[in-house]
Amino acid sequence: MKLVDYFVIPSVSSRSYKVWQRNKDVFMKDIKLNFLPPFLEPIMYLIALGFGLGKFIENIDGVPYAKFIAPALIAVSVMYAAFFECSYSSYVRMYYQKTFDAIIATPLTIEDVIAGELLWGATRSMINATVMIPVIAFFGLIDLKYSLLIIPFAFLGGLLFAAIGMCFTAITPNIMSLSYPILLFITPMFLFSGTFFPLSALPVPVQYFAIAFLPLTHMVNVIRAVSFGILSSSLLFDIVWILIASIILLILSINLMKKKLVV
Amino acid sequence: MNKISFSIDEGEMFGFLGPNGAGKTTTMRMIQCVSPITAGKLDVMGMDVSTHQREIKYFMGVVPQENNLDGDFTVYENLLVYSRYFDIPREEAEKRIEELLDFVQLQEKRDVMTESLSGGMKRRLVLARALINQPRLLILDEPTVGLDPQARHLIWEKLRSLQKQGVTIVLTSHYLDEVEKLCNRLVVMDNGKILVEGSPRGVIDEFIGSDIIEAEHSPQILECLIKKEVNYEVIGDIVHIYPDNAMELSEYLLMECSLSKISARPATLEDVFLKLTGRRLRE
Repeated sequence: MKLVDYFVIPSVSSRSYKVWQRNKDVFMKDIKLNFLPPFLEPIMYLIALGFGLGKFIENIDGVPYAKFIAPALIAVSVMYAAFFECSYSSYVRMYYQKTFDAIIATPLTIEDVIAGELLWGATRSMINATVMIPVIAFFGLIDLKYSLLIIPFAFLGGLLFAAIGMCFTAITPNIMSLSYPILLFITPMFLFSGTFFPLSALPVPVQYFAIAFLPLTHMVNVIRAVSFGILSSSLLFDIVWILIASIILLILSINLMKKKLVV
Repeated sequence: MNKISFSIDEGEMFGFLGPNGAGKTTTMRMIQCVSPITAGKLDVMGMDVSTHQREIKYFMGVVPQENNLDGDFTVYENLLVYSRYFDIPREEAEKRIEELLDFVQLQEKRDVMTESLSGGMKRRLVLARALINQPRLLILDEPTVGLDPQARHLIWEKLRSLQKQGVTIVLTSHYLDEVEKLCNRLVVMDNGKILVEGSPRGVIDEFIGSDIIEAEHSPQILECLIKKEVNYEVIGDIVHIYPDNAMELSEYLLMECSLSKISARPATLEDVFLKLTGRRLRE
């Protein structure tokens, strides 16, 4: 396969909805359990970091610490939901459950299957954001009215992290090796994307690195601005960055999976 | 795969035989439009596999070698979710599922998760799933592997009744008695090539003859056989003799060669298979 072949636009049909629907049905079977993490996690983080650690921090850029980290918690949850859905969960469905094999014996193609998985990953992100927003708003840390804009944005960001997860699913030799992208990419993003302290506290080269290569940086920027109700033109850069990265990685992830699975 | 050519008639049951690694599953996957063909042409139901994947798959049912039931769902849900991939309307799907659960005798297990089914039940459910779209062509890759005799007989019975309804059936199997009983025609493959093609009886007659005599290996018997000019083969401590007339030769061996223990039996597909593909173990 030549390099350009990885960026050919795959032919995806509306049947990918059936795969999304399959995953949604499985999710609904354990809906109570699935809703618990996005409901409880922000509460625990806010108590420990926002109100605990935050007692010792005056404020950041003029906002109390709890208020500073609250939007980042949503961004992190968006990242985790889609990334884990399209890495570990997709890998299990592909390799252990042979779900993809069963589906491609029907009129669906492998492109449809992967597209459905990616859409579902993004949906998981959106669900998490939707559950978290009222919880955080209850503490008075975000503006509920503006925050509703975060929901569609969580879907877009979810697509990006779903595509990243799927790329690793396609290239990983086995399920254990998925720990590498988590250790080397996801965890650094969790810590160094302006989540728990402003990016400006880091050395300038690291700041540039974060802006250029860490998608979570842009997610945090947008979600923080929206939840504070401050919309500035610099957000356009973040959104365009996410859009372009999403398009490239979505195409790449489908082609990589096709290469892995068509033999 | 290396320059293979075959055609399967509508309504027949057709078998692909061959040792592990012969290329059976690859051929199946090509017919299923899953593995791409790099050269040549393959038409399924009059449509080209390279251009009409979706259309072909719409009319095809597949029982893969490995049970790939959806472990996140119950028996009933497996069939329902699968019906959606074929765009079967919900009401129609529910009707078909009831019929299929009766057909494969899984009504009592309808609300059970698939992992708690026995091997035979899983296989029957995979068969029911392959029938949800009322396929014209059914492909089965080792449909009865690992099943007890009861379950195998049930599957055979179901396949025969499907053939009666006009479904074309293509299968692979290592159980040669199964293929001999079920298939109208078959091919034997090895190393990506087709070695023979024909009806089970035709292939047996062509390569072995109607009967085989088995005798214990000894210098006397070989001497006797050479004198009589009959074909034979030494396999370990047994001699396989391929007679033109089994009765006559058995008598001769017993009387003239003073052998005590011989047995004559009808030749089977297994004899053909081993003759064509050798007795060497395959990885």
